[in-house]
Amino acid sequence: MYEKDGEKYFVVDTHMHYWNAAPDNWVEGAEQYAKGWIECFYGYHGLGPENTRWPLEKYQKYSEEDLMKDVFEEGHVDVAIFQPTNLTEWYKEGFNTTERDAILYEKYPGKFILNTRWDPREGEDGLKTLRHNVERYGCRGVKLYTAEWRQGSRGWKLTDPEAYKYLEACQELGIINIHAHKGPTIWPLDKDAFDMTDVDHAATDFPALNFIVEHSGIPRIDDFCYMATQEPNVYAGLSVVVGALMHARPRFFARVMGELLFWVGEDKMTFGSDYAIWEPKWQVEGFVDWDYPPGAEFDDYPRVNATSKKKMLGLNAAKLYDIEVPPEYQLAPDQGTPAARDDAVAVTADSPTATSA
Amino acid sequence: MTTTTVTTRSRVSAALETVRDPELDEPITSLGFVASCVVSAAGDVRVRLRLPTYFCAPNFAFLMVADAYDAVSAVEGVRHAEIVLDDHFASDAINTGVAAQAGFVRSFDGEAVAELGQLRADFLRKAVLAGTDLVCRPLLAAGATPAALAGMTLGEVPPSPEVDRLRQRRAELGLPAGDGDPLLVDPATGAAVGTEALPLHLRHARTTRVGIEANAGICQGMLRVRYDTRGEGEEEKR
Repeated sequence: MYEKDGEKYFVVDTHMHYWNAAPDNWVEGAEQYAKGWIECFYGYHGLGPENTRWPLEKYQKYSEEDLMKDVFEEGHVDVAIFQPTNLTEWYKEGFNTTERDAILYEKYPGKFILNTRWDPREGEDGLKTLRHNVERYGCRGVKLYTAEWRQGSRGWKLTDPEAYKYLEACQELGIINIHAHKGPTIWPLDKDAFDMTDVDHAATDFPALNFIVEHSGIPRIDDFCYMATQEPNVYAGLSVVVGALMHARPRFFARVMGELLFWVGEDKMTFGSDYAIWEPKWQVEGFVDWDYPPGAEFDDYPRVNATSKKKMLGLNAAKLYDIEVPPEYQLAPDQGTPAARDDAVAVTADSPTATSA
Repeated sequence: MTTTTVTTRSRVSAALETVRDPELDEPITSLGFVASCVVSAAGDVRVRLRLPTYFCAPNFAFLMVADAYDAVSAVEGVRHAEIVLDDHFASDAINTGVAAQAGFVRSFDGEAVAELGQLRADFLRKAVLAGTDLVCRPLLAAGATPAALAGMTLGEVPPSPEVDRLRQRRAELGLPAGDGDPLLVDPATGAAVGTEALPLHLRHARTTRVGIEANAGICQGMLRVRYDTRGEGEEEKR
């Protein structure tokens, strides 16, 4: 929780990790990919404030103590949601698996929500594992990384017939939150791997599920906005949006926020730190302090206030994940309903704000 | 160094400036992607390219290496061009494929089904939309009404580098780009955008531009974290 200027913020970090990318976890023969992956993450890390940067060695493998301190003691986070990414072709015990996250989930009751993951290319075995994880950990969300490499395959789409079997299984098992994350590869490689048309189709075909598009579709923010405004069950995950832009490129950050607030709306945007890419402390504090810089280019974007930020920092996610929020952190009845699906902007040429002045 | 080498060298630099990142719609030189460029007295050119991450999308990476090869090879005085992409997961496939002029499908055997023309066209359309915002925003700020914009031709827009660029991108796509053609066209069909559809069209244009520029900002930030040297022809930080 975080308090500033008399306003109380309940903070849900919807996208964070407990990874091991140290060299002793690199798969023999795939060292260059394991190294390339974590160094790519380290490039993102460098976009945060200088005094929050870690040496590469610590970044490759940080401790449980680091995580608990950075996220909860200093990072203002009330509840953190683990989003696993396996990458077992490159990392012997995986990069950031459900099992590794479960160590902390089980040790600190109430602190974490444990999401799991699936990959349609794993067939029946993967479905069994999914069922097992839901039974054991009560998972209510999954992280889907479509660019994961597997046995020569460079990725998959949510519209693959096998993926639909998994989405059906999610519905049946009570998993309601699908965090979709695009990466740089897919089959075939000549297509744009970041294209989100498949998420759009899946969101239409599975209206009972929520699709949280991580990083708000970066590097396809525009495509994401046009899709999200048409789908009541599509949400914007703000991880990377805040981390990569708020400090390093504040004017771009303001424009991206303006676009998201216009097309998606403050009820459907959820904060995530992407820890340990960046620590949550500076992100939460900076986000609470944030407003548009002066300049006509920002004038026609929707305004933000403490209520908007309360929703984005925690109340929207609390609603999606059914997290109990202490009364003093909730909104007053006349301040709106977090995560309201019908608050989708559904922007058309007739919308009062669809002017370009 | 002979005068000929100097001349060839400056022509090669100019050729590299015409090569764009198809996704960011900026020259690879100003983005800092050209790590080095060496021209021998005999006209052998060796260019090293670099990208913000090891995992940048391989299709865009291929296009930049292939375009650089074509641009440099066409320079008068160049006997042989070698373009090398460094530090990328697909460096070998891309470098070998481009050197052999094998195309994308053959360079990524079994992993691709088509060449990259469609991908390039998709992103050119985005560049047209983003360019539309760049051109229209100052006009609106100066008091032009949306209805006036809808009736405007390209020739009626005051000259600027932005409008030249917009026309060039439209021409590349085969869209109308002459003086008498409408300022606002649908980048998929080339049809004029009517007054009714105009507000949303301009909103899309702006969002597209924000997306591209935010990406470019992230890419340049990450490139700087990855490499602490300035690229050939890289501009001072904007």
